[in-house]
Amino acid sequence: MTEHSYLIALLPLLSFLIIVFFLRWKEMLSAVFSIMIILASWVMSIIVLIETLARHGEPYEAYYKFIDLGSFVPEIGILIDPLAAVMLLVVTTVGASVEIYSVGYMHGDPRFSRFFAYLSLFLFSMLGLVLANNFFMIFIFWELVGLTSYLLIGFWFEKVSAADACKKAFITTRIGDLGFLVGLFLIAVYAGTFNYGGVFDQISAGVIPAGIVTLIAIFVFCGAVGKSAQFPLHVWLPDAMEGPTPVSALIHAATMVAAGVYLVARAMTVFVGSAEASLVVAIIGLITSFMAASIALVQNDIKRVLAYSTVSQLGYMMMALGLYGYDSAMGLHSPGFYAGTFHLMTHAFFKGLLFLAAGSIIHAIRTNNIQEMGGLFSKLKLTAPAFIIASLSIAGIFPLSGFWSKDEIVATASHHPVFLVFTLLIAFMTAFYMFRLCFLTFFGEPRDKEKYEHAHESPKSMTYPLVFLAFLAIFAGWVGLPWLQNGFASFVYHGEPYHPHANWWLMIISTIMAVSGIGLAYLMYYKKSISADRVAEKFKPLYTLLYNKYYFDELYDAVLIRPVMAFGRLMWRFDAVVIDGLVNGTAWATVFWADMKQWFDKWIVDGAVNGSGWIVRQSGNIGRFLQTGRVQSYTFFALLLVVLVSLFKLEVGPQEREVGWPVLTILLAVGIIFLAILSRTIGRQPAGQETKQEEHV
Amino acid sequence: MEFPYLSSLIFVPIFGMVVVMFLPKENHKAIRWTATIISLIPMLVSFWLTWDYFVNFSGSAAMAYQEGPYSWIPSLNVQYLLGVDGISVPMLFLTGLLSTLSLLASFGITNRVKEYFAFFLLLEAGMMGVFVSLDFFLFYVFWEIMLVPMYFLIGVWGGPRKEYAAIKFFLYTLFGSIFMLVSILILYFTSEPHTLNMLTLIETCPTLSHSLQMVCFIFFFISFAIKVPVWPFHTWLPDAHVEAPTAVSVILAGVLLKMGTYAMLRVSWPMFPDALRTLSFWIAILGVIAIIYGALVSMAQKDLKKLVAYSSVSHMGYCMLALAAFSSVTAIAGCMFQMVSHGLITGALFLLVGVLYDRAHTREIAAFGGIGAKLPVYSGIMIFFSMAALGLPGMSGFVSEFMIFVGAFGALSKVLVGISVLGVVLGAAYMLRMVQRIFLGEFDKAKWGGLTEINFREIVTVAPLMVLTVAIGVYPAPLSNLMRATLENLVTLMAR
Repeated sequence: MTEHSYLIALLPLLSFLIIVFFLRWKEMLSAVFSIMIILASWVMSIIVLIETLARHGEPYEAYYKFIDLGSFVPEIGILIDPLAAVMLLVVTTVGASVEIYSVGYMHGDPRFSRFFAYLSLFLFSMLGLVLANNFFMIFIFWELVGLTSYLLIGFWFEKVSAADACKKAFITTRIGDLGFLVGLFLIAVYAGTFNYGGVFDQISAGVIPAGIVTLIAIFVFCGAVGKSAQFPLHVWLPDAMEGPTPVSALIHAATMVAAGVYLVARAMTVFVGSAEASLVVAIIGLITSFMAASIALVQNDIKRVLAYSTVSQLGYMMMALGLYGYDSAMGLHSPGFYAGTFHLMTHAFFKGLLFLAAGSIIHAIRTNNIQEMGGLFSKLKLTAPAFIIASLSIAGIFPLSGFWSKDEIVATASHHPVFLVFTLLIAFMTAFYMFRLCFLTFFGEPRDKEKYEHAHESPKSMTYPLVFLAFLAIFAGWVGLPWLQNGFASFVYHGEPYHPHANWWLMIISTIMAVSGIGLAYLMYYKKSISADRVAEKFKPLYTLLYNKYYFDELYDAVLIRPVMAFGRLMWRFDAVVIDGLVNGTAWATVFWADMKQWFDKWIVDGAVNGSGWIVRQSGNIGRFLQTGRVQSYTFFALLLVVLVSLFKLEVGPQEREVGWPVLTILLAVGIIFLAILSRTIGRQPAGQETKQEEHV
Repeated sequence: MEFPYLSSLIFVPIFGMVVVMFLPKENHKAIRWTATIISLIPMLVSFWLTWDYFVNFSGSAAMAYQEGPYSWIPSLNVQYLLGVDGISVPMLFLTGLLSTLSLLASFGITNRVKEYFAFFLLLEAGMMGVFVSLDFFLFYVFWEIMLVPMYFLIGVWGGPRKEYAAIKFFLYTLFGSIFMLVSILILYFTSEPHTLNMLTLIETCPTLSHSLQMVCFIFFFISFAIKVPVWPFHTWLPDAHVEAPTAVSVILAGVLLKMGTYAMLRVSWPMFPDALRTLSFWIAILGVIAIIYGALVSMAQKDLKKLVAYSSVSHMGYCMLALAAFSSVTAIAGCMFQMVSHGLITGALFLLVGVLYDRAHTREIAAFGGIGAKLPVYSGIMIFFSMAALGLPGMSGFVSEFMIFVGAFGALSKVLVGISVLGVVLGAAYMLRMVQRIFLGEFDKAKWGGLTEINFREIVTVAPLMVLTVAIGVYPAPLSNLMRATLENLVTLMAR
């Protein structure tokens, strides 16, 4: 079966295509078909897991060349190792539960078939991501998962908030992917291959410089920060709750958001190669976890509380993995890898359950606001216990799943005092906000009587998956009991197998934190011996800050989104005014130049031609005036000539200067006479004749 | 003698043009179908050529299906010389396919139908000619011939500002051509014996002096850059795209822009390696500016068609970035992939914008909202191509962008490539903003209740593009194998 495990991913793709092209109008058939397909994938995943166990975790790999350009040969292939095998089972299990649940939840929706098509497409992408044997392929499916998440968050796209949320989710995660991309380029340039094994070998052998390893690790982690909604890119996940609740359960709690953790676990060797990068991972994980848990304390929308809880838990896992990388880089043993991946699995089950149960509650009472709920325990006989079991599990109460995995995370942090303190604090906060939800929802007096009256338990297709997941929320963690010889830790590990041992002190302390968190919630929201409103009033600024989620959205809007949009508009103006202005300006200048030439042609070039004609004609007039035909005139001019010549003769000689002015006087006199005669002659000419001549010229 | 496949690509459309001109003016149906059916011949020939080239010739970089050299103007040593290799075959494929699809998308034209289809076929002949010519004279003739039908197609059948757009396009390109002509003449007179044969010139040009190489390279670059268009020579493009009728926009974006990058790869890059080395950094800068700038300006657009037009500026910027990384086969292959992929995706986007415009008579993004509820199939297709345009994996755009980035990252400044990656996020931002404002949100029933779903003919025009976009995205190996030998040879030529 293992060699055909690509079918696990391809079958849901087939389901998507068949629904889109053939079953779009047959609602029930679409649902049944896609459920059959995911169940088939689920069965195959179980077989693959068993086979992997039988191989003692020996990895299986197969691939083909995606592009072959000699130097650049990305592959498409599958890698089945324990981590992948476990993850396959987790994804198909939650996927199958969610699809069955959706039959009831989405009943009556006009786009019922499409919902199942999208879910199938998502499962294809997610399973492909898990199966990938190299960084290039994981990126491909990484983005496809983003696409399906976009489509599913925006499933009810008529709602403006949903349309906003899906765009926000896609773009925010893509900012993280930007870093991932750069990480991939670094891998391509320095390792020359994308294959996990190939890259890890080169890092272990020290072929890639340490600084570059750190850069690769941090850039790859950027991708995980986006997808797993870590600080500072966590803002999209709470908004993503605008999608249908089954989507929140599958994508935004159990699988896709876990992909970031999966990526870090996958690339663990890279992080082990760089203590600095690992520390970054651990710190980001801790910040995220604490910040999200604190926001969850005060929110009133049941799904948003769960969303922040998810962010917080993912931060928990990140922190464990980061600490593992850091400790390993320092040469220390650490349960972090085991803790992170183990919690990844148990969290998928109980958080999936929490969301599905929350969906069932919302389905029953038609509101998300926990302040309008209350006393629902008696109405929701199956949903309520399931929700409470999951809450106990996430709070880390013995002996539920969450207890065992959370305990390992606490154990990981135990060597780092600061991390330990915050880890325990987060455990306390988690228990508190989960039971705040439980008490406000299921117990006490109904706060909205009308809604309470109409509340009813959900149909069986919705409650059965709850029961199934509740079972897992209790028992799934038992595969990692510290007393097991061949438990989870000896199957899924990095480097050397880790042998867990029960640390009683830590177990007791973390249980105390969890119980006291539940106790405080009990006092505040059940017994009401401490008034929640009074507490909120007392810490007003802190409460406001938390209630507004530390103002991250407002900050990003003011610092990033608006400036970028404004810059875009500015560039457009620049384009129209400056660049296009230059083009049009050149055109205008050319036209202007042409006009100038025309003017020059008309007045200077043509003017010269016409002007010379005019001069010739005027000289002709003068000549004509001289030709009077009167002997007196001729004699006069002859005499004049003699006088002039003799005057010029006089000039020659030593007294040249003194002769100068009489000559000028005579010339002036002659000129005046000449002009006087000339004016008389012109004046005598008839006007008409002159115009005619002008035209002729 | 073998059948002259390449000549048939040029002369069948010209023959078709003549036939169309003899058809009666009023018989629109006959004109449309004649033109479309005749255009099927070059399309099928180009498909067959692609297949045959892939099977028989893709192993070597030599020219295939060579025709000539036949002496044409002996006194100038001008030859009729055609031939194709791994960079022209994909372009022929794209031209053949998009021409037929565009003709099919032109059935809505009712004004001066005969002239329209005749011009369109002439345009196809010109485009085919550019991609198969190996003689500069011939190349130049086809390059210029195309301007004429394009001028009229925009100027007569265009939108409200058609005259302005047509003249701007025509003059701008012609302005660039002058530089090309001067360069060609320089090459002609410096070669001994005087020749215009590109294959010979590729061998001899690198021996020219550095300064002469620089002059020729820059002149060619200006001419080709206007066609691509490279920032800051791009402003003719939004005007021409927006005013042109749908089918002409498709050809403009799908084929004409690629002629610029194709010519760079065919002519100036291998001929002047010294100049290329000197200037590659600045070309990369221009590419990065185009990527970021085009994306930012797209984001500010209010007109859907203009948004797609500016996205072309951004997408062609990726090609320039790849071309600057000339030492990497991966980057150059990425450039070719991007040319094909952009032709498919942007071609489809223009077709789809046309579909919406035909029904709504507006392209104002803000006028719409919630259309997804009323037109599920149309919206699905449009969202599909928007995703393809923003580089979603599984589609061709991702493969090309990824190859360009990886290649450029190794060959160029890492910081520069790091900046250009921002284009990926900006691309997602403007595409998704557009999708949200047109297709998502509340549906205004009173205003858009009468919109009708995309019809069968329109689906036929975009379906092949969808199939190819996915096919290249999922299994790009055939295309890369087809070009590999040619590209490796090109990279060696450029490294001289």
